[in-house]
Amino acid sequence: MGRARVGRSSAVLLGALGVVLLGVLWELYKAVGPATGVVVGGVTVLPRTSDLAMPHLITMFTRLGEPVTATSGSPVLWVAVLQASAFTLGLAAVGWVVGVVVGMLLALLMQRLRTAEAALLPWIVLSQTVPLIALAPLVAGIGNQIRFGDARWQEWMTVAVIASYLAFFPVSIGALRGLESPDRAHVELMRTYAVGWWTTLIRLRLPASVPYLLPALRLAAANAVIGAVVAEVSIGLKGGVGRMMVEYASASSGDPGKPWAPIFGAVAIGLIAAGFIALLGVTLKRYRRGEVPA
Amino acid sequence: MSDAAVAVTGVSKIFRLAKGAQTVALEAIDLSVAPGEFVSLIGPSGCGKSTLLRLIADLDQPTGGDIRVFGKTARAARIDQDYGIAFQQAGLLPWRTVAGNIELPLELHKVGKAARQARAAELLALVGLSDVADRYPDQLSGGMQQRVAIARSLAESPELLLMDEPFGALDEMTRERMQAELVRICGETGAAVVFVTHSIPEAVFLSDRVVVMSPRPGRIRQIVDVGLGSAGDRSDDLREASSFFAAVSTVREALHGSPAAETVRGVETR
Repeated sequence: MGRARVGRSSAVLLGALGVVLLGVLWELYKAVGPATGVVVGGVTVLPRTSDLAMPHLITMFTRLGEPVTATSGSPVLWVAVLQASAFTLGLAAVGWVVGVVVGMLLALLMQRLRTAEAALLPWIVLSQTVPLIALAPLVAGIGNQIRFGDARWQEWMTVAVIASYLAFFPVSIGALRGLESPDRAHVELMRTYAVGWWTTLIRLRLPASVPYLLPALRLAAANAVIGAVVAEVSIGLKGGVGRMMVEYASASSGDPGKPWAPIFGAVAIGLIAAGFIALLGVTLKRYRRGEVPA
Repeated sequence: MSDAAVAVTGVSKIFRLAKGAQTVALEAIDLSVAPGEFVSLIGPSGCGKSTLLRLIADLDQPTGGDIRVFGKTARAARIDQDYGIAFQQAGLLPWRTVAGNIELPLELHKVGKAARQARAAELLALVGLSDVADRYPDQLSGGMQQRVAIARSLAESPELLLMDEPFGALDEMTRERMQAELVRICGETGAAVVFVTHSIPEAVFLSDRVVVMSPRPGRIRQIVDVGLGSAGDRSDDLREASSFFAAVSTVREALHGSPAAETVRGVETR
């Protein structure tokens, strides 16, 4: 039934093959494509193949090993990218955690009270239609009004909040579906055991929600990374990979390999985030057994 | 009579539907089940037999009348864990092993780990599943899953078992084997059983008494004393005995009403 299962090692191999294929395609088009790009009816549908528009892969990679700028004492590019990526990953992680907590709490509230579901769900869906760019200055503005004792609102907090704003959505929807997934027979069984909502939650609803929750957490991780990068750009926060992309893009005319470095950094962040969720999935393996065919 | 396992007096159940319409699911039900007695509820779909079981289990409340379980209200009996229950769906938790599923009610009621494990081992032996204690439900056949569910319903040594078509989803051969096993288990545990089914031979084979119900509104049409002997005397040979067939005929006639009279739709006579 369904698609044939692919073994773990061959899955890794296929993934690597995909990346290689992409590289080959890039170089192939660069070699045979017209220098002015493919133009259909006045619209450029494929890019120009010049070294500026499409640098060789080797240019991108060798550039990583060179210093960021010509000034002496400038760090090597890959080190700078690594630092920026770690910074952004940290922001995305904070955003993810906050988003998961908020999303779970909303899901629990909606599961507990049907009126809460009716009142909240439309707003949760609507919340995701607000453009991220419009949100960033708003969050920064509100944040600046907040003071926790002596501590003041930091710019990185704005970025984390925006990352969490994107992350909470899939979690709240996925968790709600998961919490409501147990069969009526299971719920009634817990009732015959005369246990309350809380015990039913811990013993039945939460474990049953894992298969719904894991994809939601994965989506939330991807959203948190995107949210962090875009928010960095939008509020101009220094130190992260988002700001780095904008800075390096302006250098592309004389240094075509450089703008690709932060993009590789962003890809690496995404891979680490996805890997973390996969690891989480492994530890929760026994909650992912298929429904019992009874 | 407060020492009856189940005492149902004048119970009715009305389901209110949208726009003021209503269905009378049960009307004027009187039934008493003695301790250790096996009573089956049989009738066509919609006769309210499952509803009656749910009322006894306090999964639903009657519109009128009174239900006592060992002299207590149904609610008090549920809270005191006086009954064990098994549904048509085995309803095992897929993330727990077989033993873990049997231990679930004990765990929820704060029974110590050692006692829990001992009880689970005991019950697994009782239902003949000792060798699959560490497997997960999805690795078991339907019949095995249902045996685990029965073991789970027995976990807290209840004096009353409520069973809602527990063998309904099984094939005929597994079904007969499970019936024989249930007779044996009931003999060993001495629990009273209220058993919902729509199979006449199943009801006759298992029961001391068969309660025949009619639909719309759900009423008790007749209670047939089967009296095929105590649990120990009942074996698969009984299925071939003339007394068995006589009882099956009696129940069938009761289901269809007095020979020439009213027609009952949807009776399954497997």
